[in-house]
Amino acid sequence: MAKLDSKVPEGKLKDKWSNYKAHQNLVNPANKRKIDVIVVGTGLAGGAAAASLAEMGFKVKNFCYQDSPRRAHSIAAQGGINAAKNYPNDGDTIYRLFYDTIKGGDYRSRESNVYRLAEVSNEIIDQAVAQGVPFAREYSGYLANRSFGGALVSRTFYARGQTGQQLLLGAYSALSRQIGLGNIEMHNRSELMDIVVIDGKARGIVTRNLLTGEIKSHFGHAVVLATGGYGNVFYLSTNAMGSNGSAIWKAYKKGAFFANPSFIQIHPTCIPRHGEFQSKLTLMSESLRNDGRIWVPKKKEDAEAIRAGKMRPEDIPDEDRDFYLERRYPAFGNLVPRDVASRAGKERTDNGFGIEKNSTGEGVYLDFKYAIDRLGKDVIEARYGNLFQMYEKITDENPYKTPMRIYPAIHYNMGGLWVDYELQSTIPGLFVAGEANFSDHGANRLGASALMQGLADGYFVLPYTIQNYLAYEITNPRMNPEEHPEFKKTEDEVKAHITKLMSVNGNKSVDYYHRELGKIVWEHIGMSRNEKGLKEAIKLIKKMKKEFWANVHIPGNTDTVNPELEKANRVADFIEIAELMALDALNRNESCGGHLRTEYTTEEGEAMRRDDEYMYVSAWEYKGDDKDPQLNKEPLHYEEIEVKTRNYKTA
Amino acid sequence: MAHKTINIKLRVWRQKDAKSKGGFEKYELENISVDSSFLEMIDVLNEKLISENKEPVAYDHDCREGICGMCSLFINGRAHGPDNLITTCQLHMRKFSDGETITIEPWRVGSFPIIKDLMVDRTAYEKIMQAGGFVSVATGGVPDANSILIPKDDAEEAMDAAACIGCGACVATCKNSSAMLFVAAKVSQLALLPQGKIEASRRAKNMIAKMDELGFGNCSNTGACEMECPKGISLAHIARLNREFLVAGLKA
Repeated sequence: MAKLDSKVPEGKLKDKWSNYKAHQNLVNPANKRKIDVIVVGTGLAGGAAAASLAEMGFKVKNFCYQDSPRRAHSIAAQGGINAAKNYPNDGDTIYRLFYDTIKGGDYRSRESNVYRLAEVSNEIIDQAVAQGVPFAREYSGYLANRSFGGALVSRTFYARGQTGQQLLLGAYSALSRQIGLGNIEMHNRSELMDIVVIDGKARGIVTRNLLTGEIKSHFGHAVVLATGGYGNVFYLSTNAMGSNGSAIWKAYKKGAFFANPSFIQIHPTCIPRHGEFQSKLTLMSESLRNDGRIWVPKKKEDAEAIRAGKMRPEDIPDEDRDFYLERRYPAFGNLVPRDVASRAGKERTDNGFGIEKNSTGEGVYLDFKYAIDRLGKDVIEARYGNLFQMYEKITDENPYKTPMRIYPAIHYNMGGLWVDYELQSTIPGLFVAGEANFSDHGANRLGASALMQGLADGYFVLPYTIQNYLAYEITNPRMNPEEHPEFKKTEDEVKAHITKLMSVNGNKSVDYYHRELGKIVWEHIGMSRNEKGLKEAIKLIKKMKKEFWANVHIPGNTDTVNPELEKANRVADFIEIAELMALDALNRNESCGGHLRTEYTTEEGEAMRRDDEYMYVSAWEYKGDDKDPQLNKEPLHYEEIEVKTRNYKTA
Repeated sequence: MAHKTINIKLRVWRQKDAKSKGGFEKYELENISVDSSFLEMIDVLNEKLISENKEPVAYDHDCREGICGMCSLFINGRAHGPDNLITTCQLHMRKFSDGETITIEPWRVGSFPIIKDLMVDRTAYEKIMQAGGFVSVATGGVPDANSILIPKDDAEEAMDAAACIGCGACVATCKNSSAMLFVAAKVSQLALLPQGKIEASRRAKNMIAKMDELGFGNCSNTGACEMECPKGISLAHIARLNREFLVAGLKA
C-alpha cells in the first residue's frame, strides 16, 4: 500500500499555519516571472488563485469552459459565507468555527486543514469588502450577519440571496485586472482533456477549444485544478449544466488519488422536479431556514388528501402539522445540518407523510407564514425577495401565501482528489483547490462553508503552499510543448479518445445515457445505501458503460461547436466516477454524514459511525481500466477535539 | 399527476458559423409540458433533431437558474422572452399558448458576432471589464472589514447595480447597441462604495474608452435596456456613470 504523507506541520494546532508560513520556501520576485502556473477553473477557488498568483508576479494561464470566467458555477451560491469574526458578539471564535466544521463533517475531515480554514476565514471577508463586494449592512453601516445550519452563532455574511455571485464577481474583477495587465493568459471556452505528466511531475495540460475543436498543449511548472464537483453524475442536480468531473477524473487516471468519492451532499431544500424532461434542479437557500419552518401533515389522511389535490396546506391547522425537525432536534430545530434535515424529511415521506402530487409522494413544506406574522411581509421580502421570485417563476405559486414545496437534491461533493496540507495531490506539481479536493468538509459540509473554502484555498492557502514546490522549479526553464514528445503523445491520446467517441455512431443520445445513469445512482448511491443495492449499482454501471460505448450517437463534427461531443466526453467519465462512488460506499461499512448505510443506523434512525474501523480517508488509486482500483487509507487523528456522536438534539 | 401540455411551432435562427449566411428553420413540437422551462423545450427539440440524425441547435446556457448570464436568446422580439425580470432559462412554457408560433433568434449586435446558430461572442464585455471594472487592490494587506463603514442605503444601491449578470440583453435591446447600462452598473456599484470611490472617475473614463473602441453605440436615454434587463438594473446608474465621466473630463 502506498504511503500517504499528509505533510501536516509540527506543533500545536493553532500554531501550525503560522509555523508553516514562517519556514516554507518562497520564490523571489525575479524568478516568479520565469514560472508558469496553469489554473483550470475560474470559480471562487480558481479565480482567486489565478488572480493572487498573478498579483505575486507568476505568469498564469487560466482556463474555463464557459464564454467568460464570470460564469463559473460558484456564481449560483445563494445564502452566504461563514467567518469567525464574532461581530454579533454571540460567542464565536476560530476554534468554534473549526469545531462546528469538524463536527458537521462527522469527524471525517483532516483536523489541521479545517483549523487553517477557520483561521483564514476572517481575512476573506476583509478581502471581499476591499474589492467592493456589497455585503448586507446594518443601519449603523456595520456588516450584518445571519445564521446557517449546524451552528449556534450567527457567523454568515451575505449579499441578499446572491452571495456567491458577489464573491465570484469580486474574484473575477481581480482576475480581469490581471488579464488586462498581461499577467494572465485567459483561455475561455476551453475544456481540459488531459494532464501531462513528465518524469512523475505535472507539467501541463491538453485542452480542446470548444469553438474550433483545436487540441492544444500548454506548459506549466505546476498545474492547479479548481474544477468543482461531480454532482452531475446524478444527471439532475443543482450544478450547472456544464459542471463536470472530467478534469479530476483524468488526473485520477494519471496517478492522483481520489478521496472519499461517495461523500456527496444532498441538500434538503430544492424545488421539486416537475416531469421527465426536467434538466436540472434549483436550490432554495439554506438561509430560508432562518425564518421558514419545515413541516408535513401529522395525520396520514391529510397527507393523502393533499397528494390527491383535495386539500391545501393552508387548510391544515397548526396542531395537525408535524414540525419534525423542531420535534426531533430541539436545540438546532430547523437549522440542523443538511444531511440530518434531508434524512429526517426522507423518514417522514417514506412513512407516507409526503406532500407532492406525483408518483414519488415525496416533498415537505417550508412555511413562511409564521415569520410573516411575526415580522411582516416587508421584512421577509427584503431578506429573501429574489429567492421567492425565483421560486414563483419556476412553480407558479406564491410563497408569501402558500408554503414552499421542497425536496432534497444533489448539491455538493465533499469527496474529491486527495491533497496533502499543501493542497498537493499525489502527483507532484498537481494542486487541487475548492470543491475539487476532499480535505475540509469530511462526510458532510455545513452551509455557507463552500464559499469560505473556495476562497480560503484560492486567496490565502494555495498561493503560499504552491511556492514551497515552485521554489525547486526556478532552475527549470519553460518547456516548449511542440518539442516535447510527452505533450505530443498526450495530444494523440486525446485525439484518439475523441475519434473513438465519434465513431461509435449508435442510435441513442448522450442525454439518454446520462438520464439512465442518474436513475441508477439516485436509487442506489443516493440518500440511503446498502450492500445489496451498491453491488447492483456496480453491475448496472458496468453494463451501461458497455452500452454507451456501443450505442451512443454524437451528431456533427469535431472541428466546430459540438455540444453533444462535449457532453459525451463528460458523461463517459461520469459513468466511471459513478462506479468508483459505489465501490467507496460499499467499502465504508458505517454511516457518517451524508453517507447513510441502512445496515448501520441506531434505533432512533440516526447515523451509526464506526470510528474503530473507519476513521480514515479512503484514497483510491487507479490501476488500469480492467483492474480494480487500490484502496489507500489516511488515518484521521484528532488531537484537539474529543470525537463524539453528533448530537443536534441538545446544546 | 397529468400535466397540461401545449403544441407549438418554432422559427429558429440557424447559422453554420460566423461567416455563413443564416436563416430561419421551422419546427413543430407536440405535448410540451407547460411546467417545462424554455430551455427544456429546446432540449426536447434537440433530442428530436438528434434522433433524426440532424444537428441540434447550438445555444449558450449553463446554470439554468438565472444567475450565470450565459443564456442569451431573443424570443418573439424580446431579449429573454415574454416575461419580466427573468433570464431565458427562467422562462417557462406556461407563458405561451397552444398552437403559438415562437421565433427564436440570437442577440443581434455588431460587437457580439454570431458564432453558430444562437451562440454569440461576448468577448467585448470581457475587454471592458479588463479596462477598469475593478478596485485596484491585491490579495492581502487590507483593513478589517468593519473598519470601512457603508451606509445601508448605499450598500443596497450598490447591490442593485452589482446584480448585473453580464448577459448582454441591454445591448441586444438597444437600438444603438449601446453597452452603457452594463458599464454603468459596474461604475455605479463601485462609485457608491468608499473603497471604489477613489478611482471612480478613472474607471469610468477607461471603461467608456474601451466600450467606444469596441464599436458599441451611444446611449440616447430611451430606456429600453432597463425594461429588458433580467435583473432590473436602473437607468439611474447611467446618470451616475455620466457624472463620473464628466469629473474625469474636468480633471484631465
